[in-house]
Amino acid sequence: MGDVYVMGVDMIKFGRFPEQTVPQLGATAAMMALDDAGLKMQDMQALFCGNLGQASGMVGQRILKEIGQTGIGVVNCANACATGATAFRQGWMSIKADVHDVVLCVGVEQMGRGLLGGAGGGSGIPSEGMLGSGTMPSVFAEAGLEHTRKYGTTFEQFAKVSVKNHHHSTMNPKAMYQIETPLDTVMNAEMISYPNTKLMCSVNVDGAAAAVLVSEKKAKELGMARAVKVRASVLTSDPYQDRDLVMPDVNTCTRMAAEQAYEMAGVGADDIDLIELHDCFATAEILHYENLGLCKDGEAGRLIDDGEVALGGRIPVNVSGGLLSKGHPLGATGIANIYEVSTHLRGEAGDRQVEGARLGMTHVIGLGSACGLHILEKVN
Amino acid sequence: MSEQATTTGPLPAVGYLKLPEGGEPYLEGSKCKECGSVYLGTRTNCSKCSGRDTVEAFKLSNKGKLYSYCIVHRSFPGIDVPYISAIVDLDGGGTVKGNLIDVDPDPDKIQFDMAVDVVYKDALGRKDRDGNSYISYFFQPAG
Repeated sequence: MGDVYVMGVDMIKFGRFPEQTVPQLGATAAMMALDDAGLKMQDMQALFCGNLGQASGMVGQRILKEIGQTGIGVVNCANACATGATAFRQGWMSIKADVHDVVLCVGVEQMGRGLLGGAGGGSGIPSEGMLGSGTMPSVFAEAGLEHTRKYGTTFEQFAKVSVKNHHHSTMNPKAMYQIETPLDTVMNAEMISYPNTKLMCSVNVDGAAAAVLVSEKKAKELGMARAVKVRASVLTSDPYQDRDLVMPDVNTCTRMAAEQAYEMAGVGADDIDLIELHDCFATAEILHYENLGLCKDGEAGRLIDDGEVALGGRIPVNVSGGLLSKGHPLGATGIANIYEVSTHLRGEAGDRQVEGARLGMTHVIGLGSACGLHILEKVN
Repeated sequence: MSEQATTTGPLPAVGYLKLPEGGEPYLEGSKCKECGSVYLGTRTNCSKCSGRDTVEAFKLSNKGKLYSYCIVHRSFPGIDVPYISAIVDLDGGGTVKGNLIDVDPDPDKIQFDMAVDVVYKDALGRKDRDGNSYISYFFQPAG
């Protein structure tokens, strides 16, 4: 079983594109990734397409109707915010299984505005605001305050995550926003669900990203100069926890995935040079420092205070701007993360380049829950 | 639902809220005979130990402790804010989410592990399309 390589990868600039269709957005990213790989649609042996909003709408096939109906097999997948990572992993698996040599993976999403989350309840009246809150900002606020309960993490420390990621995005032309947000701006922004203010919630944007994955044999044929090796690909779901039914657990499935990924890659957290992790809310990023083993339990607040996770720090996190500022088009996010890390490993990240990056990690969490985790390595 | 539509009294806001005739309202859970896991509502199998038909109905306590919370300042249109969304671990097992009432929506006024009672009141005046009123549950500081 040979290794799998990212041969081409790209994303569109995230934004709001109501005049375009979901397949058109996906097709644009697909063509960019094909160009990056120097390959054509005719070279692709399968398409793995991730999208949530039109999960039953055969988005992958409709992308091919935009850019080339070659008759290849198409898998459409939906896995909440882990959708893109799941599509990527399905492509990886098909090459690992020796079924394919060259596949295309696309993640795409068109988002509305406003709060995400179910109103819940099965009766004739809405439960929101009566049986607590089911909005995503609330769910992740409650997960954040669980960390406060355990370790005394402060509102200010959560807010600093947003300051950092917005700062990073000023160096990323593909991010939705390139705006500095100082600490007082973040903390004084409209409170959505304490402790998450509006600037501590990810941005609803439209987006698409795509990757061309190839087998080792094919990578050698095409040339390894810009190839990125997939060292680990892991998918987990949430194991049983006592509070599951009312408090989605994003921690345990991430810890399990990290442990499995480090083992698969034969590396430790200290070996990783940069991470794109699932900062759907500022509170969530803090949790994942510990979940991914960047520090011991209880030290996440210190990590953000000391700047260890900022560009130039010990382990830069979300140098793309993260979901908080780059934006979070649900089904596209997993592959956009792959693009970001690959760009650093290729040394092509411009002002936000993590110098000397050789190993990078991508992490997404789909609530419900699914955790997708990848470790990527520079080849040359 | 057709039976409920003919009921004259208020209906339970969720299936696991029980309103026994002539008795006090309570929350119903279920408990696994094999591993002791407690769930909100009824179920057949246990998702912790995978036991089949090992789960029995279990009356949940009306007392508990605040595990986590958030203060909601923006919700869906038409929902009154601010309010406290609370996650409460009930004495004897089971975790329930609901509004914490009679406490200022201010983090300085809310203590983790504060003792709370589960209380049953009208569902904030919310009615369904047929005009039925509902009873919901809320948490308030233990009396």
